[in-house]
Amino acid sequence: MDLPNRSGVTRRGLLKGAGLAAASSALLRAGDALAKEAADGKARVQGPGPEKLTLQVNGQARELLAEPRETLLETLRIPLDLTGAKPVCDRGACGACTVWLDGEPVYACTLLTLECEGRQITTVEGLGTPASMHPVQDAFVKDDGMQCGFCTPGMVMSCAWAVKTHGKGLTEEQARAATAGNLCRCGTYPHVLKAALRAAKGA
Amino acid sequence: MPSLTYKAGAEGLERELTVEIHEQDAPPWGADAKLRLVGGEHTRPDGPAKATGAARYTYDVARPRLAYAASLLCPYGHARLKDIDEAAARAVPGVLDVRVNRGEYRHAGQAVAVVCAENEGALGDGLRALKATYEVLPLAVTVEDALKPGAAEVEPGKGNRALEDRRSRQGDPAAFTKAFDSSEIQVEAEFRTPIQTHSAFEPHGSLSDPGSGGEALVFASTQGTSTFQSLGRQLGLDGPVRVIADHVGGGFGAKFGPLSGDQAAAELARKLQRPVKYMCTRREEHLVGGMRPDSIQRLKLGGTKDGQITAFGGVTDGTAGNGPSGAACANTIVYRLGAQDMEQATVRTFTARGAAFRAPGHPQGSFALEGMLDLYAAKAGLDPLEVRRKNDRHPLRALQWQIGADKIGWATLRKTKAGAGKGPVKRGVGCAAARWGNPGGGKWNVEVAVARDGSVTVRNAAQDIGTGTKSVLQIVVAEELGCDLARVNATIADTRFPPGPASGGSTTAPSLAPAAREAGLRAREQLEGLLAVEWSTAPSKIHLEKGLFHGPGGKKASFEEACGLIGEQGLSAVGQRRENWKSADGLGETAGCQFAQVAVDVETGVVRVERVVAVHDCGRVINALSARNQVNGGVIQGISYALFEERRLDRAQGDMVNPTLDTYRIAGMADCPAIDVVLTSVVSGFNNVGLMGLGEPATVPTAAAVAGAVFHATGAQVRELPMTPARVLAALARRPS
Repeated sequence: MDLPNRSGVTRRGLLKGAGLAAASSALLRAGDALAKEAADGKARVQGPGPEKLTLQVNGQARELLAEPRETLLETLRIPLDLTGAKPVCDRGACGACTVWLDGEPVYACTLLTLECEGRQITTVEGLGTPASMHPVQDAFVKDDGMQCGFCTPGMVMSCAWAVKTHGKGLTEEQARAATAGNLCRCGTYPHVLKAALRAAKGA
Repeated sequence: MPSLTYKAGAEGLERELTVEIHEQDAPPWGADAKLRLVGGEHTRPDGPAKATGAARYTYDVARPRLAYAASLLCPYGHARLKDIDEAAARAVPGVLDVRVNRGEYRHAGQAVAVVCAENEGALGDGLRALKATYEVLPLAVTVEDALKPGAAEVEPGKGNRALEDRRSRQGDPAAFTKAFDSSEIQVEAEFRTPIQTHSAFEPHGSLSDPGSGGEALVFASTQGTSTFQSLGRQLGLDGPVRVIADHVGGGFGAKFGPLSGDQAAAELARKLQRPVKYMCTRREEHLVGGMRPDSIQRLKLGGTKDGQITAFGGVTDGTAGNGPSGAACANTIVYRLGAQDMEQATVRTFTARGAAFRAPGHPQGSFALEGMLDLYAAKAGLDPLEVRRKNDRHPLRALQWQIGADKIGWATLRKTKAGAGKGPVKRGVGCAAARWGNPGGGKWNVEVAVARDGSVTVRNAAQDIGTGTKSVLQIVVAEELGCDLARVNATIADTRFPPGPASGGSTTAPSLAPAAREAGLRAREQLEGLLAVEWSTAPSKIHLEKGLFHGPGGKKASFEEACGLIGEQGLSAVGQRRENWKSADGLGETAGCQFAQVAVDVETGVVRVERVVAVHDCGRVINALSARNQVNGGVIQGISYALFEERRLDRAQGDMVNPTLDTYRIAGMADCPAIDVVLTSVVSGFNNVGLMGLGEPATVPTAAAVAGAVFHATGAQVRELPMTPARVLAALARRPS
């Protein structure tokens, strides 16, 4: 892939004032692998400039540059041009940016891209395409589980996780719990529930 | 003009209508028309794109050399800039331009500066580098503060309170006083509603592309593609710019025309000669993206012991921000109210201008009006539903009240006395009515193109903000052409196409569907003409039935076979939106009512809505699946308004203290009750399709019905929205024991 043009961009702002010690302590939280390196005294200092890394997205290895402060949502949407996950609340409140990390639903707006290296990332585009939809996507269409559609990719990811996890036995309560972290301003919840239960029946 | 007589109205309420129609117009589908697709349940054509993330919203549009812009927002309701480090922002690597708006800021969220940068990281760095400081000026951001003697005036010398024009004073004060004073039952109360923000999930914003030698264009998250064409000026064009809005992440009334950020982006795009995207932040969206005005409604109602309302009046105040109007409450509609005297005022505050919000004035008016009816019924010892039925004036709603009451089990549930039963959770039911009525209009054109391979394209400049406009156009055209739904591609939301309406007042579908039908008919006539040549007969001898063209001598052709006769260049036809016809009395207004059942924990004050029955009329239903979805959405937004939503401002500073989606709470899956939707289809008689809008009426009565149910459950009426646990407990404490 083409690397985004980030030349001339250096790490500033937050970490400049905070200094290197704060930067590396922030990175200590960035994942088990890093934590272990740190414990061994071999912590690799990343940043403040863009770092080269490889992300596993929808089964493909994607090489790119990302600043340490960049969220997974920003990386998915801009350099990778996977715009299914949406920025809405920017603080882990609405679920419109829900993707899977190693098969579990997460808010992409609250994860740093560097934390996701080596993890399997699945986005709504990875579930299916308009010509070949995932059963949950198909059910969303059949039950009209959308209006404006801006929350829909996140809803789909949460429902697909519920169907994958609970299978045919998915209950309404489980489907509600799985989407408790996904807000919808249009009020499509009843149709979203129907779609999740319809998809589970075919699971 | 040809005159014709046909059957309009609702089932059981049909009537013969004689209308004069334009000779080019399609003859009306009567109430007895046998339609193949219209009224059925259909999936929306853009469903797969939305469900797979393939749908590109304005926020998602990428362009080569795209730059990003955002504003530094004033954190005070009224302030002047003291100092700003423009040079520091300019020195940030990746920052392309900085524009500082010096002067006085008159609401929090006003743009102090706009920064444009190569990427979002540099953009944030640039904004932080500005380090603006302010001199704070006197301000008032709530209705009560703005009405205090000596309060800072938004428009110096004018006073902050302005009577609503037209509606400043309705009715006859002397007649009202006489009727009220002599009424057998008198009720007086004050109701309050909060400021609600639209909170569309895709924020306001746009991408301006100067074209760099090619075509300049704007992608906009808007309810009116045409309302963004004015950005042509900022882009340096001689005329309007082309605007595209393929998918729009919600609007609810707030997305008409460019905001200051959009204008700045277009100017920057012209200056830098590269595309610039400006999307509001969530805080900006809450502060300047529009809001439903709040209200304080002090009302009086008089009536007879047996439930006849004889007098209704009062005073309402609300703020629509720094504008002089917009806070009127629709609290005198739906019912016959006897003698009236209503004064409605808008109070200017140092806050950003409100915007139309899904049935402007109605949910707040409904909450107070229906609350007064509930109080009156309680005082007179009458059934609240009977009071409503007795004073209602819509022929269809009489039927709807019955449908709703039966479905929720009103008669049985109302037998439970307030506060009855063991344990802290008390249950109750309430009801309220909605009224709307806008048959659409405007001189819009819809183009239908049919290709030899049988593919059909419908074109119009109007946008689909999630309501299903694409679906309505697809269904109406497929019905008229006799083809499968899947053959029809609704290609809209591009100002290159024939002009279409902005989406407001629930009018998009009724404004466009009649033109789409006429275009479909014109295209079908061309197909029949081709078949007539092929079959050596007259076009008038050919008719379409159940998706097949029939000619003399048992000749038949499918839509696809007929399309095979089309030349290489395809065929196309344009349909026009004709003037609305005269409708029969009582059909020009859509009717609706809702019933809510709630559970109230009287120890914690938590209200849960368990069930809602929503009975609505939207004229003729086109797509029952998306119509039900719309009603669900109206109900859920109404529950959110009833229980959670409230924009809270810091009264000293004027900034919003809950400008995020975790602190400004909206209803989630866990708050969503079981909802029964009943659509009472009515042929409105206004045009060749007979449909009316649905988006707005569906959210009007919900909060009032929920409040009525809380009153029934507990015996305490909560007169302020949202009905938070604290307010419920306070109302319980005030309840006479």
